Amino acid sequence: MDWLQLLGHAGLSAFQRLGRGNLFLFQVLLGFPDLIRRFHLVVVQLWSVGVRSLLLIMVAGTFVGMVMSLQGYNTLVDFGAEDSLGVLVALSLVRELGPVVSALLFAGRAGSALTAEIGLMKATEQLAGMEMMAVDPLRRIVAPRLLGGILAMPLLAALFSALGVIGGYFVGVGLLGVDDGAFWSQMQAKVDLNDDILNGVIKSVVFGLAVTWIAVFEGYDTVPTSEGVSRATTRTVVHSSLAVLGLDFVLTALMFNG
Amino acid sequence: MRGVGVSPEAAEGTPLVSIRDLHFSRAGRTIFDGVDIEIRRGKVTAIMGPSGTGKTTLLRLIGGQIRPDQGTVEVDGEVVHKLSRENLFQLRKRMGMLFQSGALLTDLTVFENVAFPLREHTDLPESVLRNLVLMKLEAVGLRGAHGLLPRELSGGMARRVALARAIVLDPKMVMYDEPFTGQDPISMGVLVKLIRELNDALGLSSIVVSHDVRETLAIADYVYVIGHGKVVGHGTPEAISKTDSPWVEQFVQGLPDGPVSFDYPAPKFIDELMHGAKL
Amino acid sequence: MHNRTLEIGVGVFVALGLAALLMLAMKVSNLGALSADGGYELTARFDNIGGLKVRSPVTMAGVRIGRVSEISFDNETYEAVARFAIEPQYNRLPKDTSASIFTAGLLGEQYVGLEPGGEEAFLGADDEIRMTQSAVVLEQIIGQFLYSKASEGEDK
Repeated sequence: MDWLQLLGHAGLSAFQRLGRGNLFLFQVLLGFPDLIRRFHLVVVQLWSVGVRSLLLIMVAGTFVGMVMSLQGYNTLVDFGAEDSLGVLVALSLVRELGPVVSALLFAGRAGSALTAEIGLMKATEQLAGMEMMAVDPLRRIVAPRLLGGILAMPLLAALFSALGVIGGYFVGVGLLGVDDGAFWSQMQAKVDLNDDILNGVIKSVVFGLAVTWIAVFEGYDTVPTSEGVSRATTRTVVHSSLAVLGLDFVLTALMFNG
Repeated sequence: MRGVGVSPEAAEGTPLVSIRDLHFSRAGRTIFDGVDIEIRRGKVTAIMGPSGTGKTTLLRLIGGQIRPDQGTVEVDGEVVHKLSRENLFQLRKRMGMLFQSGALLTDLTVFENVAFPLREHTDLPESVLRNLVLMKLEAVGLRGAHGLLPRELSGGMARRVALARAIVLDPKMVMYDEPFTGQDPISMGVLVKLIRELNDALGLSSIVVSHDVRETLAIADYVYVIGHGKVVGHGTPEAISKTDSPWVEQFVQGLPDGPVSFDYPAPKFIDELMHGAKL
Repeated sequence: MHNRTLEIGVGVFVALGLAALLMLAMKVSNLGALSADGGYELTARFDNIGGLKVRSPVTMAGVRIGRVSEISFDNETYEAVARFAIEPQYNRLPKDTSASIFTAGLLGEQYVGLEPGGEEAFLGADDEIRMTQSAVVLEQIIGQFLYSKASEGEDK
């Protein structure tokens, strides 16, 4: 019977957290209209989640594109279809790898930092202090961070994909001798603006929301001790990575099943 | 009479904060079990008690961050836990609170920390704002430190900056949460002097929560001692020093044993020794 | 606060991100090549369209002049009806132009090739191309080839 009780307890507390998380998101979203007047708060967050992840994302994107090109060439050349290399690289980047890999990197780079920052603010009574100054930390601290994450993610994913295509081009056309014109023209013939690129952007917006939401919630909900903050940081990376992969499956099934 | 800076409509005699029949428990542990406290305007009121008696909780109840299970907390004529969120925020603008750690925002300079409530709640022109902030920093003697970041401050300085921030909106009352804990004798002396002087010069009402008996008795006009979730003694510092309540006496004199037992509740030692295997 | 550096940094970040999106739209996808409107549409009926898809290219003399915009099935005649979106500058296709479905390479994608006729009049919007040749289905060719080989063998 003990394990049944354990299961029940775990289930109940998971649902409680989920409920708290949703309520939290709702309250934070209520603060979004205010941010239009005070956009500089969001700009600061775009710096810390966006600009600081820029180099990582760009380097990672380039290398992923280069590897894809190498691997794809080896397979395609057997069928004499190496002209389709551009299609292969571009489609996999734009649809899947760009949004997913950059969201995973974003979770590790920016998500964990957000959790640690907000968690430490809680542990050092900064959030309570703000409340006593009649400033709502959900609006002043959390809302700009959430919006910053949602705005930064699609830009980062687009950069990842674009640099991946360029990296793939250099390996494919520069090193492996795929025809320059075929690389681009096949790509342009097969990649669709709405079906592929727009859907990729939608994916990355959803991932940005999911990762940042989990990060700020974990930080806000943390046990205010140094151990609590470090646990929350780990949880952010694990949960948001899993959320990205799970959501990716759902979104892919919805978008590309036709 | 030292406290005179009282708004005209508020008569001197009426209490600024009145707590009646307060009950509060958390995680199954009773913290307050029928507490009545009155904080009078213009005075420094101290709330003392051993660690873990819920002194900080009391400040949070007054600030409306948590709700009592039973009883009322009234601040400036308004029942705190019955206010809407908006009115509560309005009320909080009239309260300043000094946290134990200072709670300064780590990524802002001293100047920006003190300016923070002004920037959030007012649209003052930059020059006015600058003068106000520098004035408050001057009052705590840290005008020269306005460009430093919180991590470059000592603990005592951080508390003084936090104090400047707490009074920047010209509140009616300031709550101090353990202001003397972990301070060296000099910064302790500075804080004692500041609390008393600011209270009198700005016409504030101050609530000092502390377990540092000597310093607290030195500045307070009125003292409450709490323990077991109740008020166990109250009166002027002189009266408290000469109390005949054994509980208050133990606390004020710092005696190791008395009504508060030296030993944590435990089964009889001899029994535990004889049945040690059970552990 | 290094407000200026921060704002410039964010500006660069947003500009880079938008540039990447623009590149994806113009260079990677077909937005650059596709003139959104101003073209006209033609229809053609085929017995079998094989692997032709919406968005497959429509070419003349090997140059892409449009795309397949819609494929449907006629319930009465049991034929496939394909609509082509032709770009506006190619407005001088003779009335008796013929359309065939070809395969790019042995296993490549299928496309529509237009062959000009000799008439003076030109095709206009929503006109139908009368002469069509269906897709070559590989299995059929292999089947015919094997069949003819077999009959050759019988003859000897």
